[in-house]
Amino acid sequence: MRAVRTVRSLGTIVLAVLAGSPLAVAAQDTVRVGITYRPGVRPGLVVLPAPGLDSVQAIVARDLDYSDRFEVIPLTQPSPSDGSRGTTTINYAFYRTLGAALALELVPAANGNVTGKLFDLAAERLQAEVSVPLDRTGVGEGRMTVHRLADEIVRLGTGQWGIASTRFLFLNDGDKRIWRVDSDGAGLVPVTPAGVAALSPAWSPDGARVAYTQFGRDGSKPIVILSLATGTRTTLPETGSSQNITPAFAPDGRGLMFARMSDLGVSLYGANVKDLCCVERLTGGRFAENFSPAYSPDGRRVVFVSTRAGGQQIYAMAADGTDQELLVPFDFGDTGNSNAPDWSPDGATIAFHREVGGAPQIYTFDLAGRRPKQWTSSGRNEDPSWAPDGRHLVFVSNRTGRRQLFVVDTETARTRQIMTPSAARLPAWSRPIGRPQQ
Amino acid sequence: MRRRHGVVPLALLALIAMACGNKAEPVVVPPANTGPSTPPPAPPPPPPANRPTDTGANEAAVRAALLSDLANVIHFDYDQDAIKPEDRAILDRKADIMRANGALRIRISGHADERGSDEYNLVLGNKRAVAAKQYLVNKGIDGSRIDVTSLGEERPVDPASTESSWALNRRAEFEITAGGERLLAPR
Repeated sequence: MRAVRTVRSLGTIVLAVLAGSPLAVAAQDTVRVGITYRPGVRPGLVVLPAPGLDSVQAIVARDLDYSDRFEVIPLTQPSPSDGSRGTTTINYAFYRTLGAALALELVPAANGNVTGKLFDLAAERLQAEVSVPLDRTGVGEGRMTVHRLADEIVRLGTGQWGIASTRFLFLNDGDKRIWRVDSDGAGLVPVTPAGVAALSPAWSPDGARVAYTQFGRDGSKPIVILSLATGTRTTLPETGSSQNITPAFAPDGRGLMFARMSDLGVSLYGANVKDLCCVERLTGGRFAENFSPAYSPDGRRVVFVSTRAGGQQIYAMAADGTDQELLVPFDFGDTGNSNAPDWSPDGATIAFHREVGGAPQIYTFDLAGRRPKQWTSSGRNEDPSWAPDGRHLVFVSNRTGRRQLFVVDTETARTRQIMTPSAARLPAWSRPIGRPQQ
Repeated sequence: MRRRHGVVPLALLALIAMACGNKAEPVVVPPANTGPSTPPPAPPPPPPANRPTDTGANEAAVRAALLSDLANVIHFDYDQDAIKPEDRAILDRKADIMRANGALRIRISGHADERGSDEYNLVLGNKRAVAAKQYLVNKGIDGSRIDVTSLGEERPVDPASTESSWALNRRAEFEITAGGERLLAPR
């Protein structure tokens, strides 16, 4: 293995391989590759045919497209002459004529893994490769292993992790159950039990649990913690007979914040969800409403909605309830209430929705510059949730006639729809499933 | 009436009258030779409309009316939780019924139309339910007899997206949770 030098410059990440030999790494290793990634530029990429790995190839190609970091060029005809499988003989010139800068080859490895080889077509050489264990059927939970391969490929090509190995939770309006779906729109599965209405799903940081509000038959709204692996449901103590909404896990997975409605208003409460105890009130003040908390990525601060000054505005506070401040004030005139804040994974931006001309639109708020930016304008658009890459958002839009999930890339504004069984609301984007926190 | 032939007992006359389809109130005739210790048979119960003083049927009608008054819905303006003047009489009636029935407990559920944030609509529904509760408390009803809950926009009575549908959905509903088996009308 040759030495690797990493250089960071303005707006770009340049990872240089000092010698010509390609790097072969296992999936857990830190990767250094020789491709310059420039934000806003999507290099053309072809995914070569992969006999015996057709399902894998199709899923990976779509994942790379959905990453919005490559222009995936469909291969409608084979190259005039490719080298035999497993070698580095690639028809570089042919693929360059298609407009590609990169070519991806997927080959089965001897140990049952699948290896992804990324070729730099201009340099006409194998640039890097990664080998991961995966379920080649691409079905059920095996599909997530294929998504992880795609994320590794994105990292090989850009230095940034992909978002394919993630999922959404959402409320399915037809049965009032929480469902989950892979971020590519496949693998729809109900999560909460039938016959019991649920609302406001929230992922635990490790993706193993879901917190949500359950509608009790006696009118109560307990917070329920559901283990996805076992299906075990646990009611958060001191919430069984009261009105509790909008749960949010702390980034360490130990804390949980939620809002409780009472005759005196709506207040934020914190709880120790690891030990299932220690519920305490965090916001005071009578006859004001404080709800929809979202933690900063370091867990030290929380954004939330408050009506304390009239109307719904975005506030921030320390995670212990101190140091409360108005964060995103009204933009008087054209806009109205703000709701549903979510803190970006890099800590730099708050996503939320705000009424514009009577209809909610997706906004982001840059914390450094204190500038709001509007991302949608057609129909009603609400409830954004950040992807782990801090670049994509999932949200709800009725632009098709009923409320559905859409994903937007905040770098290119490219938008795609997620199909769900019925109208969908209140999405939550998970962290990568099965990958250690980066 | 048929022609008499000789002396005819009163009981027979009564039976003849009934057999002729007489729609007048049945005549109660004591049977012959029954002795003073045997009480006369009770008359068949007439329809309630003909006999308003009949306690069983009247109680059912009164209870039905009270249940209807308790179930009456009130409505709200957009993004508001203030009790509308035209709904005060509805709430006053509920307060009267609750005063007359000390064991009665109710649950108020607040609702919102589909506009606005899903989660804010839960909050708004709660505000509406609390407003209705507070009105009743101000009328002297013990607040511990009233539970509140919110269903936000989750249970519309009309799922259409029109002004009239939204107006119907912005409401508070009332249901009995205890003490509704026997209801007394307020004096």
